[in-house]
Amino acid sequence: MKRVGPFLLERRLVPSPLVVLGVSLLAILAAMGAMAIIFFAYGVDPLRAYVMIARGTLGSRFGVMQMLRRAIPLLLCGVGLVLAFRSKFWNIGAEGQLLAGAVAASGVALFSGLPDPLLLPTMFGAGFLAGAVWGMIPALLKVKLQVNDVISTLMMNYIMIYIVAWLIHGPWKGPTMRGFAYTDTFPRAAWLPLIPRSMVHWPTLVIGVAAALLMTLLLSRTRLGYELRVAGESPDAARYAGIDFLKVSLVVMLLSGGLAGLAGVGEVAGIHHKLLGPLHISSGYGYTAIIVAWLARGSPLAAIITSLLFGFIFAAGDVIRVTLQIPFQVVGVFSGLVLSFLIGIELLMYWRVRLLPKGER
Amino acid sequence: MNWESWVISTLNRALAHGTPLLWGTLGEIYAERAGVVNLGVEGMMILGAVSAFTAAQFTGNPWLGILTGGVVGGMAALVHALFTVTLRANQYVSGLALTIFGLGLSGLLGARWVGVPLDNPLPKLTVPGLAQIPVLGPALFQRQSYLTYIGIFLAVVLWLVLYKSRWGISIRSVGESPATADALGVNVFLVRYLCVAFGGVLAGVAGGFLSVEYRPAWTEGMTAGMGWVVIALTIFAAWNPLRAVGGVLLFSGLYHLAYRLQGWFPPEFLKLMPYAFAILVLAIAGLRGARQLAPGALGIPYTRGEK
Repeated sequence: MKRVGPFLLERRLVPSPLVVLGVSLLAILAAMGAMAIIFFAYGVDPLRAYVMIARGTLGSRFGVMQMLRRAIPLLLCGVGLVLAFRSKFWNIGAEGQLLAGAVAASGVALFSGLPDPLLLPTMFGAGFLAGAVWGMIPALLKVKLQVNDVISTLMMNYIMIYIVAWLIHGPWKGPTMRGFAYTDTFPRAAWLPLIPRSMVHWPTLVIGVAAALLMTLLLSRTRLGYELRVAGESPDAARYAGIDFLKVSLVVMLLSGGLAGLAGVGEVAGIHHKLLGPLHISSGYGYTAIIVAWLARGSPLAAIITSLLFGFIFAAGDVIRVTLQIPFQVVGVFSGLVLSFLIGIELLMYWRVRLLPKGER
Repeated sequence: MNWESWVISTLNRALAHGTPLLWGTLGEIYAERAGVVNLGVEGMMILGAVSAFTAAQFTGNPWLGILTGGVVGGMAALVHALFTVTLRANQYVSGLALTIFGLGLSGLLGARWVGVPLDNPLPKLTVPGLAQIPVLGPALFQRQSYLTYIGIFLAVVLWLVLYKSRWGISIRSVGESPATADALGVNVFLVRYLCVAFGGVLAGVAGGFLSVEYRPAWTEGMTAGMGWVVIALTIFAAWNPLRAVGGVLLFSGLYHLAYRLQGWFPPEFLKLMPYAFAILVLAIAGLRGARQLAPGALGIPYTRGEK
């Protein structure tokens, strides 16, 4: 306990959800305030910018749909990352795992020759597996060889980016694409259905929400979830309890990578209908999902809300680019700011500020 | 091509390619020796690159560009220090935020420089006399960067400071056991701030080297993961400035040897090579048990007088 002037500062171990929400909102507001400087620098009145963003996103059906479309990959990656972060596995590799899923789905769509009804389910299965494998390699390296997980998962992103580039320039280059670096277009049966007049591939959205629910149950109701939480919160206790770190890490990365892989399937089967340049498949969803997961504070359900928030920010980025002529990179700047402010004021949550009673002031 | 020119050009290119990696790694070693992981190297490097290019283009003086890059890198690092040392935020997340922010902001600031060549890049240096030595001369002393030599010199100085001076003892004790250091009268917070800022300056210079000498031009995302390689090399070098020189040479040498295989492999495979090497290098470090050499309080915020 500390006295500062007439105030009493008390430490608390577990902040209430309301405080968490308040502090998170404060961080977002602070980031918006800082963004005003950038709008000024581009000669745009910040207030006008925010009004235009609101109109272009929440104010129109198209805007809302764009927001949903962007939220889908963020949700799937984000839920997986929540799981990984809970077990203190620093999976920064959702981007590569997403691309791995996209590659596997494209392979099935173009070359498997499966009957039509089996095509989409197999694509999702293959995408999950590919993402899972891409995620489990760093898990194995971490437990067996103490290879730092941040670096290995990140490096796996770059490796997958170049594998995709190689595929579309080389062996998978579509003969009907007149020299463009794409694969051929998928057969119709490999296209995901969309909400009419939008790019929202709703089956992936349903999978994402279901994943958030299932992972919540896994964390709170199963033995595996318990082991995962102990391994993350207190590795020493986990060691005494005989928890198998290899198993926990592998399962966590199986799920985390697999879910990111599903996001990749959604992007190619729902939106592009072909495999194309890695930067076009994912506009950095895997990296933004880190912030989505961090904002969700270990709760897969909260990732539904935070992925919508960042879906909104992506959609806002599009509005800013088209109507205000400011490059799309503002999204990166804003995301970085939100994350910075978020962790910067995190300490606030652990202090309760109270006014001292009259007599003691 | 005979083997002689093969060796010469590989060494020569490896030195140039390794220079930004060396500067970055030396900086990260100091930050981590004081107990602070900074995953923002990529962000600090790219902010250094864009600001160095801008300053060099406006003033016409490439050295002023390098200096600006260093200052900007240092300022970015101070933000990380504020978050992690004073506000005790998670070091990994703060560094990631810095990288995401740096990549975004540099893209915005550099948009006007895309496709613009630098009028006055940093001059190259051919050491008179030494360049005439057969094989080694052209490999090590011909058309090299000043920054390459300064970097190697810096590695020696930083090693001496770290292991043979009182400052070094303070830095290492702060990273090893901050509570003990504090009890002995070392200002833990000041040491951490200084080391993190110093690391940022070096990362900024590394970025400046890329845009003012190596290319010399600005392209978006031009650091292309070098900042992450730096963090891998820091672990591989077991947090030792002299070993960093060896690690960087090994890494860049491998990289350029791989480039010799052009024609056998598609170009995309050569491009993914450095990232695969970074994992390989860490796996080797793991086999040798380098992790045990990490500073004891690495990644842990220090709180004074609290349990």
